[in-house]
Amino acid sequence: MTDIASVKDKYSEQITGAADLKMLDDIRVAALGKKGEVSMMMRGLGQMSPDEKKVMGPALNGLKNEIAALIETRKSALELDAMNAALASETMDMSLPVNISTGTLHPVQQVMEEMAVIFSDMGFTVAEGPDIEDDFHNFAALNFPPGHPARDMHDTFFMTPDADGEQKVLRTHTSPVQIRTMINQKPPIRIIAPGRTYRCDSDQTHTPMFHQVEGLVIEEGTHMGHLKGVLMDFVSAFFETDVDVQFRPHHFPFTEPSAEMDVRYERDGAAIKIGQGDKWMEILGCGMVHPNVLRACGIDPDIYQGFAFGMGVDRLAMLKYGMPDLRDMFAGDTRWLGHYGFSPLLQANLATGLS
Amino acid sequence: MKFTLSWLKEHLETDATIDEIVEAMTLAGLEVEAVENPAEKLADFTIAHVTHTEKHPDADKLTVCTVDTHEGTKTIVCGAPNARAGIAVAYAGLGTYIPGLDFSLDKKPRKIRGVESFGMMCSTRELEMGEDHDGILELDPKDHTIGTPIAEAVGMNDPVIDFEVTPNRPDWLGVNSIARDLAAAGLGTIITPEIKPIKGAFPCPQNVRIESTEACPAFAARVIKGVKNGPSPKWLRDKLKAIGLRPISALVDITNYVTYDRARPLHFYDRAKLSGDIIVRMGRDEKFEALDKNSYTASDQDCAICDEAGIVGLGGIVGGESSGCDETTTEIVIESAYFDPLTIRRTAKRLGVTSDAKYRFERGVDTGSLVDGVELATQLVLDICGGEASDVIVAGEIPADPSAIEFDPMLNERLTGMKLSHDEMKDILESLGFGVKLGPLWTVTVPTFRRDASEGPDLVEEIARIHGYHNLDAVSLPPLPGRREPTATLTQNRTRLARRALAQRGMSEAITWSFVLLDHAKIFDGGDDQMRLDNPISSDLDCMRPSALIHLLLAGQRNADKGYPGAALFELGPVYRGTEPEDQALSIAGMRRIETIRDWAGNTAPDALSAKADAIAALAAMGANVDNLQIGKPMGSYWHPGRSGRLQMGPKNILADFGELHPAALKALGIEGRVAAFEIWPENLPAPRKKSVSKAKAALELSEFMPVHKDFAFIVPESTNALDLIKAAKSADKALITDVSLFDIYQGKGIEDGHKSLAIDVTLTPKDATLTDKDIEIVMEKIIAGVAKAGGVLRG
Repeated sequence: MTDIASVKDKYSEQITGAADLKMLDDIRVAALGKKGEVSMMMRGLGQMSPDEKKVMGPALNGLKNEIAALIETRKSALELDAMNAALASETMDMSLPVNISTGTLHPVQQVMEEMAVIFSDMGFTVAEGPDIEDDFHNFAALNFPPGHPARDMHDTFFMTPDADGEQKVLRTHTSPVQIRTMINQKPPIRIIAPGRTYRCDSDQTHTPMFHQVEGLVIEEGTHMGHLKGVLMDFVSAFFETDVDVQFRPHHFPFTEPSAEMDVRYERDGAAIKIGQGDKWMEILGCGMVHPNVLRACGIDPDIYQGFAFGMGVDRLAMLKYGMPDLRDMFAGDTRWLGHYGFSPLLQANLATGLS
Repeated sequence: MKFTLSWLKEHLETDATIDEIVEAMTLAGLEVEAVENPAEKLADFTIAHVTHTEKHPDADKLTVCTVDTHEGTKTIVCGAPNARAGIAVAYAGLGTYIPGLDFSLDKKPRKIRGVESFGMMCSTRELEMGEDHDGILELDPKDHTIGTPIAEAVGMNDPVIDFEVTPNRPDWLGVNSIARDLAAAGLGTIITPEIKPIKGAFPCPQNVRIESTEACPAFAARVIKGVKNGPSPKWLRDKLKAIGLRPISALVDITNYVTYDRARPLHFYDRAKLSGDIIVRMGRDEKFEALDKNSYTASDQDCAICDEAGIVGLGGIVGGESSGCDETTTEIVIESAYFDPLTIRRTAKRLGVTSDAKYRFERGVDTGSLVDGVELATQLVLDICGGEASDVIVAGEIPADPSAIEFDPMLNERLTGMKLSHDEMKDILESLGFGVKLGPLWTVTVPTFRRDASEGPDLVEEIARIHGYHNLDAVSLPPLPGRREPTATLTQNRTRLARRALAQRGMSEAITWSFVLLDHAKIFDGGDDQMRLDNPISSDLDCMRPSALIHLLLAGQRNADKGYPGAALFELGPVYRGTEPEDQALSIAGMRRIETIRDWAGNTAPDALSAKADAIAALAAMGANVDNLQIGKPMGSYWHPGRSGRLQMGPKNILADFGELHPAALKALGIEGRVAAFEIWPENLPAPRKKSVSKAKAALELSEFMPVHKDFAFIVPESTNALDLIKAAKSADKALITDVSLFDIYQGKGIEDGHKSLAIDVTLTPKDATLTDKDIEIVMEKIIAGVAKAGGVLRG
């Protein structure tokens, strides 16, 4: 028995003193290996009497287990030391800059998406058409007879005449899309037509290319009160605040009666606040579709009626998001795009808000 | 159109304030653009009396004045020669802004040569009331008490209203019609003086012949002899000046007055300068000197007014110098005609001439005003210039009155939702000059000055606007019945995602012009004659763009020029290959300027393959199966011949071009350095195949067995596309091989010149049983054989 105690003490001391995993393993082999001291002692059990066995068997097993446990404990400690030693050299400068450059989306596209979301909720689908139009779709079908003075107000861009002398135009509004829709589709119709439009005009508030969103509803029983309702609903949704509006008469060849809508605003330094204040700012034109327009599209004005409206996207973007100059919109200055642009992860919708 | 409040009040009896009038105009559709009251900028100037003056002790030309003002007695040093005791003057106290000098007086008294001066006495020029600067404005103190606002003292307290005349309402170009609409809107009563016919004292000695009745259907005329021309009276000069017109002489001023008062343009000829009959005919390429100091040539498209010696003016547009009235004129012919709006418009446009008469005739002048115009002018001429009038003659035929409208009184509610009684609707129409005969369908007669009204909705607009759009009840649009389809199109949804993918990769979205410089269009294989604009906004934007890259490249260079060289921009927008609708295509173009990147982590500059990655990211976002795209060569000559590619589905369907741009193209655009770019055609992407209405995805099948990886290296000629080799390996066993990835490209020692070694990792994924060594051997042989067909030799 003394043997067992001394063997235990010997290995216990060695295990504690083991400086690394290699030394520890050598100790394990010396003690518990096939030819190790403890294993040899256990082999001696075969020559013992049953009484001796009863005593020595459990004692030797106990010795073996104790030494194994000591080795295991020491091993864990040594492994931890080794990992800590390794970690001590595994350092990086966590202040080093990393690159996550993300670009931005253009505010005009953002605003067109916002408008699409609002009108989609009212059942409007999005329709598109070509930028290079013929006289019929851009003017004649919209009740601008040839030589009508209202044509002059459009500062139209003309294409080079073709062999037959016909001159295409760059669409001066997205109304030709309404014409194409009314010709190709049967009422009820609810569409918005966003897109590029062109007028030969350039100053701080006019660019030769700009964007419009127009809307068209052709349904039996749709009257001007609905027009006012749709636009009031739209404008408050768009500006994301309650906006007081004023409806007043105007003239467009393609609508009768025609109206313009103003929103209340005030200036606060250079900024414009929409929805409050005591001034009115015109933001869109609208009206009941003129019977001549319906006729030009093969729709009977005695059965169907409806309304149309149109607004400048770029200007509404400026009013909502505070860009001071229209011309910057199309200059492609990276600093401007970074400042006024929108995150690509933003998707305008009514559940989470438009912007 | 400008008019003054006092002018309006000659036609409208009203107690309304200027603000109420402006509000009523706006709500009736007369959109006020500006109201300027000359009194406002003169608000700080008041009448003061000069009670005593003495010579300045230290300056010959200065006078020290004692002035009684509403702020007490002041000492004012004045340099005007007419500064003297006993006159009333325009006094400006300390700190007052002087509009004519554009500065403000000091707030503290200023010493002028040692004498303190407590304000200023102003000239008319300093007040912007006139040009006189020889002395200060002087008035009689008996008529003007101290403290009276100067504007009131000189009768300038008359606001000028400027408003937009919409093309449908040429009658608004006369003050009388503005008054009519305001009276209808409930602002007052019409008091337009009636025009009384003046009996001719002798038969009209002037004959008028109309040869082109289309261009000029009717011409009313009268001769007045014994007139004496000269400056017009002050009331007339003031009236014209107030709305920005320059008084010329009584006869000319009278025509301008009637033009603005009644929207009735007139012309007066000096009869002594006419030879024989007045003949209205089309021009015969005749040149004449016009009253606007220009000379014009009348073609056979233009309506010329002629006498027997030749052309004397362009009808309805501008008169000729040769027959104009001046101070020697004693006998005039009054012309009050009707000209065809289209002819006027065409001529004015071609000759680039504008005038008050042209502006009215091209919009349509009241056909009922020919004779009235003559009579009103006659009265004014007789009153101002004296003389004796002949009978009135009318050559030609005055156009028929507009047709009456059969009006369904229910239409108003149907179109506007407004419920108005029949009486209310009738009253509104009548107050605007329409005649109403009630019945199941009303018969509404249209006045000659309202030819814009031709059917029911026109009358509804009249009723609604006078009743007021603010009385229109807003109703939200009722929802459409049934299930809602998505409201955006497939391409709209796809491009939204593509744009986001590109922005997420660090590119910023721009929007640029649809037109480019013709020379630039040609570089990008566009610039056909048919794509050119006839009237470009500027010479560098004269052609529709064949590619959306052009402006992005130019913008990139502009950014670089400002010190921001590494622009990465993209744009979603149209490009144009012809003028028909189907010739327009949607493009997503993008570019990254290749600027050396100095980065501690070793990131390098973008290159042609960055553009490929951008294009593929956008295509993947749009739902393209990017694993199965083919690589081709782009057709455009603007791509770098060796560093550009094309992504296509099959041989014909091109989805995108990418790569470096050709240095020659960049140089021609003025771009410095190199640029990697792409252009994607989202509309070429086929719509996803619809298998069924169900949105459910196919069941997920997972193999239970471990995949096996096998590496190979093949030697191929340098020009071989890596993708061909990968595809060859992949197709060796389509069931078993689930992925082939290229992990190394090697050229150099051990590899023959002109060749390269491509190392690939092939993933084998068994589905039914673990692969045996034999199975693996078979598939490896198939791969080696397949790649051999594509020209690859297994590296030994």
